[in-house]
Amino acid sequence: MTSVFERSPTIRFLERIGRGVARGLEEIGMSAGFLVESLYWLLFGHGQRQPVRPASIFQQMMDVGIRAVPIIGVLAATIGVMLAIQGIYTLRTFGAESRVTIGIALSMTREFAPLITGILVAGRSGSALAARLGTMKINQEIDALRVMGINPVRFLIAPALLGCVVMVPTLTFFSDVVGLWAAGVFVGMDLGMSMVSYAEELGRILTPDDVIHGLGKSAIFGMLIALIGVVNGTLVTGGAEGVGRCTTRAVVQSIAAIVVTDMVFVFVTTR
Amino acid sequence: MTSAASNSNQANIIEIRDLVAHYGSRQVLNSVNLDVREGEIMVIMGGSGSGKSTLLRHVLALEHMTSGTVRVLGVDLGTATTAHLADLRKKIGVAFQGGALFSSINVERNVMLPLYELTDLDPMQMRIMARMKLQVVGLAGFEQLMPSELSGGMIKRAAFARAIAMDPRILFCDEPSAGLDPAVASAIDDLILGLRDAMNMTIVVVTHELDSAFKIADRITVLDQGDVLFSGTPEQLRNHTDERIQNLLNRRPQDDTIDPDDYLRRLTGTGDNPSMVL
Repeated sequence: MTSVFERSPTIRFLERIGRGVARGLEEIGMSAGFLVESLYWLLFGHGQRQPVRPASIFQQMMDVGIRAVPIIGVLAATIGVMLAIQGIYTLRTFGAESRVTIGIALSMTREFAPLITGILVAGRSGSALAARLGTMKINQEIDALRVMGINPVRFLIAPALLGCVVMVPTLTFFSDVVGLWAAGVFVGMDLGMSMVSYAEELGRILTPDDVIHGLGKSAIFGMLIALIGVVNGTLVTGGAEGVGRCTTRAVVQSIAAIVVTDMVFVFVTTR
Repeated sequence: MTSAASNSNQANIIEIRDLVAHYGSRQVLNSVNLDVREGEIMVIMGGSGSGKSTLLRHVLALEHMTSGTVRVLGVDLGTATTAHLADLRKKIGVAFQGGALFSSINVERNVMLPLYELTDLDPMQMRIMARMKLQVVGLAGFEQLMPSELSGGMIKRAAFARAIAMDPRILFCDEPSAGLDPAVASAIDDLILGLRDAMNMTIVVVTHELDSAFKIADRITVLDQGDVLFSGTPEQLRNHTDERIQNLLNRRPQDDTIDPDDYLRRLTGTGDNPSMVL
């Protein structure tokens, strides 16, 4: 009879894959559960006399959105200038550098602004959410909420979810504006195009669909960041070390989810 | 301390019947039976790993039981709806071992939290009630401090204030004097006795502190490796002849003789033939 110590490397490898898949499915199920329950409390909490407090939502919006404005502004401006530099350099090969605006406008609004905003919020707020919930779990604060009769999903998760879903697109729009402005400044300096001409060209090139495309996927990114942060926070075990692990895991998973979702979104909506 | 005899005719406010609980494949509680009477202080004692904290978590409906029945204030926790549980939880208070205060809000807001979330009182009434509870536990004047600015004893007191914010019928205390110096631990014991007398609460205390247990208990239940070893008055406990209870009372370690075969069996999770793994 084969003992537990004599499994072949292949079997052990398959076991690891199986455990990983099972855990992944469990986490997806938890995310779906948290999403549905959060929506329930957001929509029907008032009727149950347990509303999701506006003050909690605004607090989350402050943390996720307003406090991220400076760093988002710096990154968006940098990306805008980089797009302008690369665009002019590439199009100069064909003597078409005056057409650089179209590349900047579409790339920024449809791709770079949502992506960079999502990644930054994942690193900044998704990790903070996972760490906060993980610490609360270890300190029995979540148990305390439950025994007080305060639903932790309503109290902690629903405000964070709504905060992310509202503020990531808002930050993306801010990123669009700053990135396009910074690119315009560089284009003006390099090609001698006035800001008025640049703005008029942007107006001709960009349609509402381009902006909505970016904002739409930003809302999905926001939802993913919140849910991944929440799931990792609630699964914390093992004290401070466990909190550190869950924080790292939340950031890595959020960024991977954002990039993959972005690709799927573009594939479905752009082809 | 109220004598147990005077409480013996009181109705059972908590009834536990044949409670079995597992963590994974490990059985932590083995068919536990326990009654808590209205108005008494019941102390649940036992060494580390005896199952006392697990028992508390099941009575608080924080864990799913494997089998058995737990009734708290007449509500069967195994079959209760979410609404019934929510209603029940307004009638109980819990002071956790580490306090479980919310670190981002001050002491007063911690105590106000259940009032803010579960009642329609106006903010001034909530503030007055919170300050009254803080006065009861001896924390008047410390309302604006953050949890990180409190000492260990003050954290326990603040946790008590939050636990009694809704004037519960049952107060649960998990290791209330753990990690405190003797003077502060004694003060916490006095606080528990004072709360019972002033607010006529039923109090369930989980602890491994013998001095504290004998000081506050009307009745004591001793758990050992998931079994109820004893349930009765402190006097009955002192006079009990069971070796394991005497070991506990005299702070002697249990007999740790290990059967090598049994150890190997548990280590490998195999059946009757441990040698098969070698």
